[in-house]
Amino acid sequence: MREHISGQYDAELDELRAMVTEMGGLVERQLQAVCLGLSTWDADPAEPVAALDKAVNRLEVSIDDACAHIIARRQPTAGDLRLVMSIVKAITDLERIGDETTRIAKMLETLCALPALLDPLPELREMMERVQSMLADALDAFVRVDEERALEVIIRDRAVDRAYKALVTRLLEAMEASPERLRSYHNIIWCARSFERIGDHAKNVCEYIIYLARGKDVRHQGLGSAN
Amino acid sequence: MNDMPTLAFDPADSCLNVEQLSVSYDGKAALREVSLTVPRHRVTAFIGPSGCGKSTLLRSFNRMNDLIRGVEVMGQIRLFGEDILAPEVDVTALRRRIGMVFQQPNPFPMSVFDNVAYGLRLQGLSDQRALEREVEWALRSAALWDEVKDRLEASALTLSGGQQQRLVIARAIAIRPEVLLLDEPASALDPISTLKIEELIGQLAEAYSIIVVTHNMQQAARVSDYTAFLYLGELVEFSATDDLFTRPQARQTEDYITGRYG
Repeated sequence: MREHISGQYDAELDELRAMVTEMGGLVERQLQAVCLGLSTWDADPAEPVAALDKAVNRLEVSIDDACAHIIARRQPTAGDLRLVMSIVKAITDLERIGDETTRIAKMLETLCALPALLDPLPELREMMERVQSMLADALDAFVRVDEERALEVIIRDRAVDRAYKALVTRLLEAMEASPERLRSYHNIIWCARSFERIGDHAKNVCEYIIYLARGKDVRHQGLGSAN
Repeated sequence: MNDMPTLAFDPADSCLNVEQLSVSYDGKAALREVSLTVPRHRVTAFIGPSGCGKSTLLRSFNRMNDLIRGVEVMGQIRLFGEDILAPEVDVTALRRRIGMVFQQPNPFPMSVFDNVAYGLRLQGLSDQRALEREVEWALRSAALWDEVKDRLEASALTLSGGQQQRLVIARAIAIRPEVLLLDEPASALDPISTLKIEELIGQLAEAYSIIVVTHNMQQAARVSDYTAFLYLGELVEFSATDDLFTRPQARQTEDYITGRYG
């Protein structure tokens, strides 16, 4: 991108990008923390999640405010306009990812008070790995305005949905077989539900990246239109 | 880049068709092989940096460039199918069909009424009742009637700048042209007068085909249905205004409208 005649305007857009990167970094830490807690059946790693969420929420408000200022003062057009629009939308999804991790962190406290589940839940592990890498790649694609990477992340969300369905099926069977563990299984389903939503939010962010790159809105159109 | 936006008007529903128009002044090219179709009863904006040729293109439509010494014009411009560059064209008659308003309001030093009646009288209208009716209609169309109806005999020069510009627009539309050319119509006006002119442009487009040249990109974005971006005498991009300002196809357009030109 060539430099803007107004260096100040360029600086404001750079600052905006930096704030989104910072917010994304915090959300990534939240997600890593709950995944670690769930993998080790330990609530401690997820302890900072709530405090991180407060910081995420504050950043969302600041970024929204910065976007409104840029719109009011600079009347952005074309690529600049699409950047501001994408950021306004992306931060809503990032904030919701933060909310989901907070929910999982709370669930983890209840879960870890119960006897540890020793039988492996490969689908849960798969979901955690997949949504972590989806979020990391979505944030990276946002910084680089990399639409191919974004498209790839959108496609990867399907595997998360499949793993979620498989996990629910497995857990329903497990509930019938071991009703004494019903509460644990029930809580895990709620965690899995949150991971599935996190995948959706990461996918949404990638849809905004495609809009940012091409000026084309690929939401609600199926993948065919994104290609 | 895929899915190139298309112009959402039927070429058959156009007022002006420009084909391969090149204009030079003393051998120096001002426009190079510009082709575009201007839609009927819509607002079309020409934008671009100084010297891009947008005013030359505008002035070609009513043969204002003829007045400039050393001008050479090649190519074709058709107004509803009629060649308007042909030597036998009656330029005065052409300018009745294609009216023009300039950057600086230029009311004649006469009364408000006489300014608007001027063109009508030239056309031979002398019946006072008919003149009054037409003048009122033109002033109402230009959203000026309520402000001047009690001072029609006052000198036009006593009006504010914004009122003068609307008076000039009333004068231009009094003779009911088919196309109205506006060359920076609001750049000498304060923000409120500017908004009034912009509002007026939108209303006039219901009855006229309007072409506006402006340095103010936000103004082009606000008032026009279609926008043409010119650069160094060439037409770089011509699209629906919504498309041009959100997803321009050409890099030069993007750089210019985001302020990265220079």
